Amino acid sequence: MELVKIIILALVVNNVVLAQFLGICPFLGVSNKVQTSLGMGAAVIFVMALANLVTFLIQFYVLNPLHIEFMQTITFILVIAFLVQVVEIILKKSAPSLYQALGIYLPLITTNCAVLGIAILAVQKDYNLVTSVVYASSIAAGFTLALILMAGIREQLELTGIPKGMKGFPISLITAGLLSLAFMGFANLVK
Amino acid sequence: MAKLDSSFKNMLLSLTVISIGMSAALGFVYNLTKEPIAIAQKQKEVQAITEVLPEFDNDPTTSVKSVAGLSYYIATKQDQLVGYAINTFTDKGFSGRFTLMVGFKPDGTIHNISVLDQRETPGLGTKMKEPKFKDQFPGKNPAVDKLRVKKDGGSVDAITAATISSRAFCDAVQRAWEGYIANCIQDSIPVKAGSLPTDTISQSKGGNQ
Amino acid sequence: MSNIKHFTKGFFKENPTFVLVLGTCPTLAVTTAAMNGIGMGLATTFVLVFSNLFVALLKNVIPDKVRIAAFIVVIATFVTIVDLVMKAYTPDLYKTLGIFIPLIVVNCIILGRAEAFAQKNTVYNSILDGLGMGLGFTLAITLMGSIREVLGNGSIFDIRLMSQEAKTILIFILPPGAFLTYGYLIAIMNRIKARYNV
Repeated sequence: MELVKIIILALVVNNVVLAQFLGICPFLGVSNKVQTSLGMGAAVIFVMALANLVTFLIQFYVLNPLHIEFMQTITFILVIAFLVQVVEIILKKSAPSLYQALGIYLPLITTNCAVLGIAILAVQKDYNLVTSVVYASSIAAGFTLALILMAGIREQLELTGIPKGMKGFPISLITAGLLSLAFMGFANLVK
Repeated sequence: MAKLDSSFKNMLLSLTVISIGMSAALGFVYNLTKEPIAIAQKQKEVQAITEVLPEFDNDPTTSVKSVAGLSYYIATKQDQLVGYAINTFTDKGFSGRFTLMVGFKPDGTIHNISVLDQRETPGLGTKMKEPKFKDQFPGKNPAVDKLRVKKDGGSVDAITAATISSRAFCDAVQRAWEGYIANCIQDSIPVKAGSLPTDTISQSKGGNQ
Repeated sequence: MSNIKHFTKGFFKENPTFVLVLGTCPTLAVTTAAMNGIGMGLATTFVLVFSNLFVALLKNVIPDKVRIAAFIVVIATFVTIVDLVMKAYTPDLYKTLGIFIPLIVVNCIILGRAEAFAQKNTVYNSILDGLGMGLGFTLAITLMGSIREVLGNGSIFDIRLMSQEAKTILIFILPPGAFLTYGYLIAIMNRIKARYNV
């Protein structure tokens, strides 16, 4: 039950992009087409779940025992960068077709602040290993959801006349604002 | 100086040197700020206790009891008990957990409440920090006054459009009160607070979850 | 005096927030009040100046293939320093900004400046660039924070402009307001740029 609550909260109520403002750069950058959004979303879910698994172990078996919690930021970001590289290499060798689909998004993920942010938040929230990974996956699924919705709307926007000054980022941000407003309707879903 | 080429030796060497240099810098700053951080945290604790209790002259942070997630601070003046400050929480907030410091006088009435840590909606739930809502509590005794919002049959005016936050606030106060009954009442007779049985303190530490 | 343009470009012509649209996460997240904007901006400026300084200093001893990793180590170090210092001396602001202080590490402005400017330029120019970009960012998010605080909460820098009871446009301090304010500000910026041809 606790897990279901975490999933719903992470997926829609506290949507990572629209309510917590993490991962805005890829959200604005890659949400042009529904197809690419799906690819990016899948890559993010995979990396975030893996990153939370590894950073959890590092926090509780390396940082805490050695009392160097202040090294958290630097360790986590290096681990995430390293992880993304490893995933890229492994995928290239063992699953070329999957690599074809996800490959180009992987390097972008290092700079996705949602990955680092959620890894740190999971530690702050005192989650255990299972909840931490479930939390990360649902957050990433929420990211994918927002990305796909946004891409769908932007595909339509391409076909409409938009004032010159509003083209590009401004109209995307305002669209995101309206989406965020809609997502506020989920606020009381879980209590 | 020409740029080093990307041979394996060079890459390893430069990364190692940079990492060691930066870690050393970090360790240095960490040691430098360790004490100010501890002082800042203690100051915050003391400030909150001062806010919620009448004047006292001991250092309540030295004798803290922690039971079931709540912390109990005992404040005395000239060895006379002036009250208990209880660090309490609720998980029913609009954005999850928030924490309060509630000050009880020895007779069980609330002296004051301070909001410690909250992430409620700005402009709505955050109004619990403002006097209009918060000042309903001082002087009330949860034993006689029902500290619930009026919608739930209590005597507290909820914040407009933020009933959830208001309910959660009452929940946190109620939790503090129950903790007060369970953990403070037996030594609430004005005796020397210093003579508090030490075994209570060590015992209760295990109960912290 | 041509150096001075490295400093001034961050304020308008290449403003990281409104023109380059970098570092969007903190721009949207912490700007519920003007004060937060200043705090976040100055913390970022500090990191930016020092990371630019060190990247420019070390540019010749960092082999190309590992430069990103090296930059990240440098940046993360200064972020942690800011984190510790703020925790010690401005605990309230530290709590408000929360997770977004460690996240300065992944703020694209910083890695972006290291990659695009500091590793190709002199130490002096890199510091100027970092300072200009940082202050431009500070200015921009403080403006965002001020607009949202005034409209959403009826105050600025915690000074009340309207009575406690006055109805304010609450939406501006809620998440949707962040997107809307940012969107319109970029649109206005685009308009100004088009009009005066800068």
